[in-house]
This record gives sequence, structure tokens and C-alpha cells, in this order.
Amino acid sequence: MSSMIATRDAYGETLAELGGEDSRIVVLDADLSGSTKTGVFAKKFPERFFNMGIAEANMVGTAAGLAAVGKVPFLSTFAIFAVGRAWEQVRQSLAYPKANVKVVATHGGVTVGEDGGSHQSVEDVAIMRAVPNMTVIVPADGVETKAAIRAAAAYKGPVYVRLGRNKVPTVFPADYRFEIGKGTELVAGTDLTFITTGLMTAQAVTAAEQLKKEGVSARVVHIGTIKPLDREIIAKAARETGVIVTAEEHSIVGGLGSAVAEVLAEECPVPLKRVGVNDRFGTSGKAEELLKYFGLTAEDLVEAGREMLARK
Amino acid sequence: MNEQVTHLEEKARQLRVAIVKTLHKSQSGHTGGSLSAIDMVTALYFHKMRHNPSDPSWEGRDRFVLCKGHAAPAQYVALAEAGYFPKEDLMTLRRLGSHLQGHPDSKVTPGVEVCTGSLGQGLSMAVGMALGLRLDQRDNRVYALLGDGELQEGQVWEAAMAAAHYKTDNLCAMVDANGLQIDGEVAKVMNVGPIADKFRAFGWQTLEIDGHDMGAILAALDKAETLKGAPTVIVARTVKGKGVSFFENKASYHGVPPSDEELPRALECLGEQCNL
Ligand SMILES: Cc1ncc(C[n+]2csc(CCOP(=O)(O)OP(=O)(O)O)c2C)c(N)n1
Ligand SMILES: [Mg+2]
Repeated sequence: MSSMIATRDAYGETLAELGGEDSRIVVLDADLSGSTKTGVFAKKFPERFFNMGIAEANMVGTAAGLAAVGKVPFLSTFAIFAVGRAWEQVRQSLAYPKANVKVVATHGGVTVGEDGGSHQSVEDVAIMRAVPNMTVIVPADGVETKAAIRAAAAYKGPVYVRLGRNKVPTVFPADYRFEIGKGTELVAGTDLTFITTGLMTAQAVTAAEQLKKEGVSARVVHIGTIKPLDREIIAKAARETGVIVTAEEHSIVGGLGSAVAEVLAEECPVPLKRVGVNDRFGTSGKAEELLKYFGLTAEDLVEAGREMLARK
Repeated sequence: MNEQVTHLEEKARQLRVAIVKTLHKSQSGHTGGSLSAIDMVTALYFHKMRHNPSDPSWEGRDRFVLCKGHAAPAQYVALAEAGYFPKEDLMTLRRLGSHLQGHPDSKVTPGVEVCTGSLGQGLSMAVGMALGLRLDQRDNRVYALLGDGELQEGQVWEAAMAAAHYKTDNLCAMVDANGLQIDGEVAKVMNVGPIADKFRAFGWQTLEIDGHDMGAILAALDKAETLKGAPTVIVARTVKGKGVSFFENKASYHGVPPSDEELPRALECLGEQCNL
């Protein structure tokens, strides 16, 4: 885990590259282009950038219209506003007609920090996952973000990508190949499996290293695409390691943990512990403090791993 | 009246100092929009509104909704000054465990009526309050403070339509028209003007003032109370960052707190010695 980069920065860079490769790409933002990093694209391709003002619902509808005439719109704002404020527009105008629009939301999760609970989206993955036709991607680092944004551009249909505000460690090698719908085994292991997404994947890798020192062989499976879900890699982990710990910077209601629970219940019931935000709203504080406060650190995962081993 | 204006002007200056110190301490939060709104907030809390800091849920109180919730520091310093909680608490703004959250949270802060922070939702809640209070045959008034960028949200106009339709003349909206939002000038990002004309077309009474002229603010608030049969909006021309010369009219200071280096200079602009 060498370099640190915010996934939103990786997005801004990739989007600007894509703009040069495909003239159909247009970008919309709602007065947050500095924060979401769509400003990088706006600078390079001002005529293909539309600042829609603080009007997220209208932004989603406008993107649907642009898609209907053959453009490939990427729209960005904070996760809470993309999914929260404009949910039914996303459902009706994007998902229902399978519009070729990419909703790339930044500032997902509690690491938004000081802005507090009103701005910390802990339910967006659950909400987007419930919408038919929607693809849901939560990258772990900058490398995966770049690859996922390219995959989203190449894919025909609505995609939701959830990115973060702060720098996160790079877990993937530069030559990592991202495929929509495929999970990745990052660390091999036989005693238990951490199934993780977003910034929790780096924490799981650290937790696995710690457990190794205690003689425990922990597998780490990263789920970059929450939907469609790689059921196979999950069932295989259940069969081979017997217990599962999921981890996400999101509510344990409806997100990765719930998605994994569904697969386990249907295909290979084994003990499961869901690490995530425990059905509560976020709060103001520094990002690092909040990860501790909500129990989202490598130490919390080590603890959860030990607890699950005892249940084997 | 003149004496009262002078008194409120001094109060507003002190509250600007408190905003700057609070945001310097938190090193996170919205400086520009707090400073542009504080004269109106001062007029409401220390002159116009009936309220009782020792009994925040007193039934006779007028209601205040900070629709542009990111200006929470402006409301917090006023609440502290009025006595809703100790002024020392301001130094906990945005900290883990603080009752002063990044955006107004009625669950934890005495004197805050509803949760805001997602722009465009506050005016609807203010309309609901106005309707409910009227149903109870109360004469309490409802004040809602909006940003000009915030007016881009469609919900604001849904609320404007409902307020006029239901003739909520117990509602007074105030627009902090500082001409800036995050990505730049409101007129360039997504023009909302002419603001007063739009509200008039929606059936509102409109007043236009300089939002830093305390006498004009008080006169407009008094006038609004006399206008019957429709809600009133006060469109207040303001300067984002008002009072701290190097913050003024700069979109880049929207969400940036004063640095260590800027603090003494900012306090100096506000006629305050820096003895930190
Ligand atoms: C629904 C929603 N979208 C986006 C934001 C992010 N945001 C916070 S402040 C702001 C700009 C507000 O501009 P304005 O209303 O003019 O406020 P002021 O200039 O008084 O600070 C934006 C876009 C938000 N808080 N809510
Ligand atoms: Mg403004």
C-alpha cells in the first residue's frame, strides 16, 4: 500500500482523459465541480460541461435527455444529493428507460467528516441497489476508480459509482483489470473471509496481515461491483473458509453486508458478521475519528474476525 | 430607533468576531455565507423575534428556519449570545460529540427548530410551520433565511407557490442575495434573477433592501408584518464575507475557515484586538 489518492481525484483525471477520446461524453454538475472534480473536465471541454446550479433533480432529467439524443452523460454531485435529492428522477428518467447515464457521486459515507450527518450518505448503496437496471460500483482506491470509470463509459446503461472525499491507500497494482460484476481475491486465506468494498478493503488487508501474525489465515475478497454481484466468489469463500465478515462504509442495512447475506442464505449458509454503520445517521467529526467512532477500522475487523472464528 | 440601530450594529460586529473565531477554531465550515447573513440574523434574534432562550420551546416564540444551513455558525453565535447555551460551546463546532453540528440539527441544539443543510428544503418547512400556527390561531411569525444560489432548487418554488396559495402572511422569507455560490457568480452558474420579480409572479409581497443596512433591515421586517393576505420576501443585497475585506466577494472563501495567519488580520478588519 504505497501511494494515497482520493477516488474523486482519480475520477476527475480519468473523466478529462475520456473527454478527449469520446466526443459523445458530456458532464453535468450541480455547483460542486471543484469538490467532485468534474471541474478538470470543464476546464478542458467547456462546451461539453453543463453546470446546472443547485438543482439536482433537474440535472438528472437533463442528463436523461442528453442520453436520449446519443450523448454519454456523466453527472456528479455529493452522494447524498445524487441519490437522496433526485432518487425518483434517477429511477424514472434513468433506470426505467435504461438511459446511458453515469451517476458518479462523490463524498459517500461518513468520511465526509465535519459537515455532519446531513451530508453523510450511509444509505445510497442500499437505495441504488434496489433499483432495477442499475449497476452499482464502489471502488476501493484510485487505480480501481480509473478502471471503473472507463468500464462505466464503455457499458451501455445506467451506472452508479460511489466515490470518497479523502485520500485512501492504493490496494490494487497498476495493471489491475476491472470487470463489472467481478469480485477480486486480494489476499488468499483459509480460516475466514473478509468481503469488503470501498475504503474498507484497505482496512481488511491490514486486518488480514495482523491476523496472520496470530496464526490466522484470513482471505480478503473485494467487491467492486455491488450489483450485479459476484455470487460465485462469495459462495466459494463461504464453502472454503466457513465464516464471513463483511465491511463497508455504509449502513449495514441494505448495502454490501445485506447483499452478501442474501447470497449466503440462498447458497451456502455460514456464520456472518456485518461491519458497517449500525443503522444510524452520521455526525460531525474528523474523518479518521469517525471511522473509529463507527467501528470501521482494521482493529475492528481483527476483532470481528476473532469473534467469527470462535463461532466456527 | 437610531439608538437601537447603533446597538444592533455593534452586536452584529461582535457576532462577526465570534463567527471568525469559531471558524478559526473548528478549521472547517462556511465563512462567507455566515458573514453575509449575520446582520439579518442579528436583527431577528436581538430585535424582531419573540423568543425565550431559557425556554427554547416556549409556545409564544416566533420561528426561525436557516434554510441555507451551511451558515450555521451565524445562527450558533446568535444563539450563544442570546443565552441558549454557553459561548464556550462555540469552540466545539463540528467536533465529534458536539451539540453544534456542521449543519443545524434540531435534535441536539437548543433553539434550532428543524434540520437543514440540504439546500431548498427549508422554505417548505417554514410554510408548514406557518400553516400549523395559523390553524392554532396563534399570531407567531415564521422567518426563513435562504441563499440566492439556493433559489435554484425547484422545491423553493414549490414552497413559494404553496405559501402564496395558502396566503401565509405570517411567513417572511429573507434572501441573502450575495451574488455568489460555490462554483462562482450565481448569475454565471445558473441565473436566478430577477429574484423579486419571480417572487411577485408567484404571488408574494416583495421588499428589496441593502442587507447590511441595519435600519433598512428593521424597517423591512416591520413592514412585512403589516402586509396581509400574502407571504412577504425581503430580497437583501449582501456581500459574501462582509466585514473581512479579504474574504469579501470571493467565491473561494465559501467553505474555507480563517487560517492562523488570517485570523489576526480578519479580527483587525472587524475592529477587534487579537489577543490569542
Ligand atoms: C441540495 C444541496 N445541494 C448542494 C449542496 C452543497 N452546497 C452547500 S452551500 C452551496 C452553495 C450555496 O450558495 P448560496 O445559496 O448562494 O449560499 P451562500 O452564498 O449564502 O453561502 C452548495 C451548492 C447542498 N448543501 N444542498
Ligand atoms: Mg449566495
